[in-house]
Amino acid sequence: MTSATAPAELDRAQARSREAGTGRSAATATSILVLPGVLWLAAFFLVPLGIMAVVSLGAVDPGGHVTLAHPGLHNYTHALDPEFLPALGRSIYYAITTTVLSLAIGYPVAYWISRYGGRRKILLLILVMLPFWTSYLIRTYAWMAILRDNGVINSLLLDVGLIDQPIPILNTDLSVILGMTYGFLPYAILPLFVSIDRLDFSLVQAARDLYASGRGAFLHVTLPLTMPGLVAAGLLTFIPALGDYVTPDVLGGAQTTTIANLIQVIFTTGRDWPYGSALGFLLMGVTIVGTLIALRSLRREVIGASA
Amino acid sequence: MSGRPSRWLTALTIATYVILFAPIVVLIVFSFNSARRGFTWAGFTLDWYPKLFNNADMLGALRVTLEVAAIAVVGATILGSLLGLGLARLRFRGSGAAQTLLLLPIMTPEIIMGISLLVFFSQLFGLNGSIGQIAIAHIMFCISYVAITVRARAVSLDPRLEEAARDLGASAVGAFRHVTLPLLAPAVAAGAMLAFALSFDDLVVTSFNTGVGATTLPVQIYSAIRFGVTPQINAISTIIVAVVSIALLVAWRLGAFRTAARAVVADPEVA
Repeated sequence: MTSATAPAELDRAQARSREAGTGRSAATATSILVLPGVLWLAAFFLVPLGIMAVVSLGAVDPGGHVTLAHPGLHNYTHALDPEFLPALGRSIYYAITTTVLSLAIGYPVAYWISRYGGRRKILLLILVMLPFWTSYLIRTYAWMAILRDNGVINSLLLDVGLIDQPIPILNTDLSVILGMTYGFLPYAILPLFVSIDRLDFSLVQAARDLYASGRGAFLHVTLPLTMPGLVAAGLLTFIPALGDYVTPDVLGGAQTTTIANLIQVIFTTGRDWPYGSALGFLLMGVTIVGTLIALRSLRREVIGASA
Repeated sequence: MSGRPSRWLTALTIATYVILFAPIVVLIVFSFNSARRGFTWAGFTLDWYPKLFNNADMLGALRVTLEVAAIAVVGATILGSLLGLGLARLRFRGSGAAQTLLLLPIMTPEIIMGISLLVFFSQLFGLNGSIGQIAIAHIMFCISYVAITVRARAVSLDPRLEEAARDLGASAVGAFRHVTLPLLAPAVAAGAMLAFALSFDDLVVTSFNTGVGATTLPVQIYSAIRFGVTPQINAISTIIVAVVSIALLVAWRLGAFRTAARAVVADPEVA
């Protein structure tokens, strides 16, 4: 880290002097390099969100079209109806459980890869990431194939004769949380690995030399220093888990409906887009609150660690 | 060094790897199972694969998927590479905002991007889903991944290499073309591979922007799943896993994940 800082600073200083000398060409370069991508993101990420915000204030006329005749927050108050609250609660419950499980499983695995992976470290990491980038839908479908009544587990147990009735596993909270944790675990392992791998283990050794117990050194040295990785891992798990409708749909049933499921149904079969948009913003609100909490704790840790 | 890992730590790690791959292995194995339903092994067969190629819905969806992916890869690679290079090299007003904008699509639940684009296209333009609409959306969420990969590489390049070329009489454009660009090329190619993998199996954003004649493979599979588990879906899934894995292995050879992994952890600190 320290050896890389000097050239980086040099680079920055040079960039600054270059920029000062050639103000106009720097502006031209900026508009050629940066502008197209930024405009694309603005046009197809920010503007759609803006349109959705406007639509969320509207209503649907008898013809099924969005109307802004009486704009207001009625969709947001409607969203706090009893119909919606259990789904929101379930979304948060699934997301938090999935995040906690992913961190609890991911941390030891990332630790093992970093400390004991040796020369195969990169390969082991690639093996984690391969399923991560391979179709989420297909991996979820695979669990459906495994868990269903005539699926792999039940077929096996029936064939062996351990059971004579298939055990219902699908369509429960358990199957949804299992599917989500499976799906998002690699998101957690990657940043945890980077953070643990970066840790200077002589610090842990120093703590041990100063008579810290193994657990004490872990709690007071390793854990705080790898906090950025934990926060990044938590966010990368929590955000997609919160907005996931595929897992509750494929592995769950009517009693596992999440807010994302409601949104999906409204936009694909129902036509009340203003209400769906409001639900979308509430989901986003929860996401942002979660992100801010995580980043705050991170900033505290980073400042604490560097002080 | 603390020497050997504890036994439970090793056991947990091995178990995790087994569980990560078990479902995919099960799918692949049962795509060769001759039983029409269920998961009792009834003998080896290759029948389900040729059947796929007689399935007009699946073939049409595959075609759309590849068309969308081609457009998305070209668009996102160009826009993302330029953006990544610009963010690494230039200091300009609003560069912090541009960095944040880059992270937003990654930090936003996919369903939000899906529905906001649906509302955007239909309310402003009266569009009801087309290949172009899907491709625009895919370019949008792929830009970030390409840009982050290229930026990480550009930041790690020694600026003195380009300066040396200038000192030896190369023009600014010449130095960029013959020095910087070849050094960036692996990251650009890796970004393109990531974009392909992301586009090829995106379900969520696509499913809200799909329309008549513009159904991609993942959307097709998602609707087929509702009618249960079939060997044909196992077979098409096996093909997708194979295609995406190859793209990812190429991206890995080109160094995509090493830089991307660093960026994942570095970025919250920047923010």
